[in-house]
Amino acid sequence: MALSDKDRIFTNLYGIHPWGLKEARRRGNWDGTAGLIAKGRDWIIEEVKQSGLRGRGGAGFPTGMKWSFMPKSNPDGRPSYLVVNCDESEPGTCKDRDIVRNDPHTLIEGCLLAGVAMGAHAGYIYIRGEYYNEHLVLQAAIDEAYEAGLLGRNAAGGGWDFDLYVHRGAGAYICGEETALIESLEGKKGMPRLKPPFPAAVGLYGCPTTVNNVETIAVVPTILRRGASWFSSFGRPKNSGTKIFCIQGHVNKPCNIEAEMSIPMRELIERYAGGVRGGWDNLLAVIPGGSSTPLLPKHICDDVLMDFDALREHRTGLGTASVIVMDKSTDIIKAIARLAAFYKHESCGQCTPCREGMGWQKRLMDRMVEGRAEIEEIDLLEGVTRQIEGHTICALADGGVWPVQGLIRHFRPLMEERIRQYKQKHGGGMPLAAE
Amino acid sequence: MSAQHNVEHHEEPASFAFDAESEAQIEKILKRYPEGKQASGVIPLLYVAQKQMGRATGSAWVPRVAMDTIAERLGMAPIRVYEVATFYFMFNTKPIGRFHLQVCGTTPCWLRGSDEVLRACKEAGHLKGYGDTSADGMFTLTEVECLGGCVNAPILQVDDDYYEDLDYESTVKLIESLKRGERPKPGSAKGRLCSAPEGGPEVLLDIPLSEGK
Repeated sequence: MALSDKDRIFTNLYGIHPWGLKEARRRGNWDGTAGLIAKGRDWIIEEVKQSGLRGRGGAGFPTGMKWSFMPKSNPDGRPSYLVVNCDESEPGTCKDRDIVRNDPHTLIEGCLLAGVAMGAHAGYIYIRGEYYNEHLVLQAAIDEAYEAGLLGRNAAGGGWDFDLYVHRGAGAYICGEETALIESLEGKKGMPRLKPPFPAAVGLYGCPTTVNNVETIAVVPTILRRGASWFSSFGRPKNSGTKIFCIQGHVNKPCNIEAEMSIPMRELIERYAGGVRGGWDNLLAVIPGGSSTPLLPKHICDDVLMDFDALREHRTGLGTASVIVMDKSTDIIKAIARLAAFYKHESCGQCTPCREGMGWQKRLMDRMVEGRAEIEEIDLLEGVTRQIEGHTICALADGGVWPVQGLIRHFRPLMEERIRQYKQKHGGGMPLAAE
Repeated sequence: MSAQHNVEHHEEPASFAFDAESEAQIEKILKRYPEGKQASGVIPLLYVAQKQMGRATGSAWVPRVAMDTIAERLGMAPIRVYEVATFYFMFNTKPIGRFHLQVCGTTPCWLRGSDEVLRACKEAGHLKGYGDTSADGMFTLTEVECLGGCVNAPILQVDDDYYEDLDYESTVKLIESLKRGERPKPGSAKGRLCSAPEGGPEVLLDIPLSEGK
């Protein structure tokens, strides 16, 4: 059965109603916040753990557990910080944008409750620089919340002081990586830090910090109000809750939609996005969770479920739940080559395997698009991606090679065919060059 | 990684000082960060400088002297400001046209026809390609990576505004309006409500609203 509106957390995802505080309260935001704070830090964390909420930024780490890593007291006088990741730059992903511009009070209330749970009196929302108009709405909503006593001293009358600030990034995908984000927030280049120490021990300004995705934080108030068991009643065990999906590409009606976890991919696309252009049988492949997640060919899409574990079984992932649909007209090699170009562009340059590897991969992929390659170079490409994967400080390079690995895994015959066609047209025996 | 390959010569102003409007913004910005952590203000102040240049000269960019001013204000070594200004893609370290046309060419937009948006920009804006500024100084054309509006692809960002659900014709129309000095409302060219499907939302139509408190 499809999710009904009464079970949707983001009641204003599309901006049908005004985003302002008065209207947000009528939709149920900020209802009994002081009472939730009064139940205390341990209760909030336990409730979030019981709900089964896993991080909505891509990695899917259990949120309650992450919060429990924060120190219970600060004997050395260092404050704790909440940092919210609204860098939203994973190609295909545009869900946090809707939360910030249309439902900002879900996020602001969530920040306060998360702040209580992790002992933080201050939070920073790091929003990608391109979301200029969105940041204006968010800042205005925060100003409203201050005026209404929902932020600042004794926030929402719950006895907890909490300040919340907006900080704009300036165009760098890497700043979505939590330690790069912290570096950037401190006024430096967004280059990831070695872990450990983890941010919960040494984060922003050297203080205990937890970085969470916007959607993760914004669902918390509703979970606390309606109960962990309500949230976990959606989706399969360990994959619980509702989730915003971004359905795009070759569908009849691209859109964002909050639906239940573990919904079959086909149902998601057909019920909410008007189906694949030209019908389901015209489907070629789907990238299920944003650009870093390997694509799935049609026969898997036929019955795969949209959750962390089901997609993992097919060697891909839920990621940010950004469903990029490609029909049979797609040059799939070119689609993936463009992603390779993206990762080359966005590599911060700190680690050699990524800095050199993303460029090398892009150049070889560009030749694969033409077919100007040798069949054996497909194995070479695959082999080099394995050398890059896992050999860098952060996961950017992993995310950069996975789409190429997915292409080779599922569309190798097509790549070979293109190489044969090129040879037929241009004559064989072209020399291999280290371009 | 930001890389501005075009090394064409351009004039750097001899001096830079924040104007009153910028100073008012800076005062607010620096209150957000704890005592002694004012380096966090470097990205915000680079934006302030870039906007001020836009107001003052019609070209929103950050000259080197502005970076030096920021370094002094924040107590940072100038090199720390230079490296931030060149690491992040949104700072223009050389002059640009009056309107910054930023075409998203990443796969989600490409699947929905970003090549046509690019073609329209080139033809209507009289631009040779990415990195070019039109002879009349009106437009600079840049390819950008995923803008994060993918269910409304393809997208053209003009300065700070997203124009969405574009095709060749609607992009030409937009550029012609800009030439006439008009600024069309940002958002979907197909009249969609944010990320709702074309034809209007099919969910969230039945949200219970309590009486105003």
